[in-house]
Amino acid sequence: MACEQWRGKLDLYVDGELEAAEANALSTHLRSCSACASDALERVQLKRSIQTAGKRYEPRAELRKKIAGSAAAIPVARFGWWRWAAVAALALIVTGGWLYTSLGIEKAQRQRVYSELADLHVSTLASATPVDVLSSDRHTVKPWFQGKIPFTFNLPELQGSEFSLLGGRVAYLEQSAGAHLIFQVRQHKISVFIFPDRAEMPRLATGPVNEVSFNVESWTKNGLRYFVVGDASADDIRALSKLLRNSG
Amino acid sequence: MPLFDQLYNFAHWLTQNTAEAEDLVQETYAKALRGFSSFQSGTNFRAWMYRILRNSFLSSRTGLKTSVVLDPEDREDALQKETATPESILIEQANREVVQQALGELPLHFREVLLLCEVEEMSYQEISETLMIPIGTVMSRLFRARKALRDVLKQKFGGGLHGV
Repeated sequence: MACEQWRGKLDLYVDGELEAAEANALSTHLRSCSACASDALERVQLKRSIQTAGKRYEPRAELRKKIAGSAAAIPVARFGWWRWAAVAALALIVTGGWLYTSLGIEKAQRQRVYSELADLHVSTLASATPVDVLSSDRHTVKPWFQGKIPFTFNLPELQGSEFSLLGGRVAYLEQSAGAHLIFQVRQHKISVFIFPDRAEMPRLATGPVNEVSFNVESWTKNGLRYFVVGDASADDIRALSKLLRNSG
Repeated sequence: MPLFDQLYNFAHWLTQNTAEAEDLVQETYAKALRGFSSFQSGTNFRAWMYRILRNSFLSSRTGLKTSVVLDPEDREDALQKETATPESILIEQANREVVQQALGELPLHFREVLLLCEVEEMSYQEISETLMIPIGTVMSRLFRARKALRDVLKQKFGGGLHGV
């Protein structure tokens, strides 16, 4: 197909309205034709400019209240069944939309936290020097954090358990300093993160977490949020979590 | 309330006035409530709400004053009339305020179709349902609206695009 014919389809292409086969053919053409590619780029930029410029006006909070109030103030006597259905539907749309957005945002925030922790866990283990304090003695590791993080915490007695402490380092989550401890069970290394439980942190579940590929448990205790992250079995993660919860 | 914010933004772009936009959104919700029985389940609720808002605007005093002429060029073959020239430099330079001014200067039928497509990210089908026009008309109107916007932007940059 000649350039001229493709250009007639560029708007549909950037609007995502072309059939898949045609869109693929046009993508192939764009890779080999700089003139058409430049034309497509200009159209995408124009779209983006309109999108940014078009999100311009925000309603006042009072208007939201006013509309919600006026919907509630419609006299009951005038209502047929379908009006009740309409009010219910509208309320559902309004609150459902809000709830969906809020839940969506909350879920995204939670996932961001868990992903960040999973990244920290992986990057630390991949590092040549995974820990800054290398010791299996909790009485060495705990004092090492003094002056480095704005809180203190207790570590469990591991004697008689399958777990051993490898060491610790300072970690940051959401711009907040915390402790990152590494434990070992058989061949598996497990990260334990402890951060202050700040109000800005997303609401996180207590117990096992299924939002990342690692096994994770999380809980709060004495104003601190604990995360146990690793590829060890869920039973191992739970056992280490129990030891930590019961320490001091 | 995502739909609420979006409806308000759209209303303000149509009316170009805060008080009128607020009245329009309120009227839209009231009409949606009253006319809910006319909403057929399975059809597009978002398009239905925007249609109520737009129809309310067109029958308002400001809307009646706005020239929403039937566009004689609303034909599908208008799509093929002209090809755009690369204007990426202009678009990059055009800051948000200039694009906002340019959007505000466009005739209503161009402004609304651009907002529904780019800001509300509606499909051609949804725009067709909202504006109650055939999909072919959506395509040709979008094409000409974009061209009109480019022309306004060119003017704002003093014709500095010719060498681009």
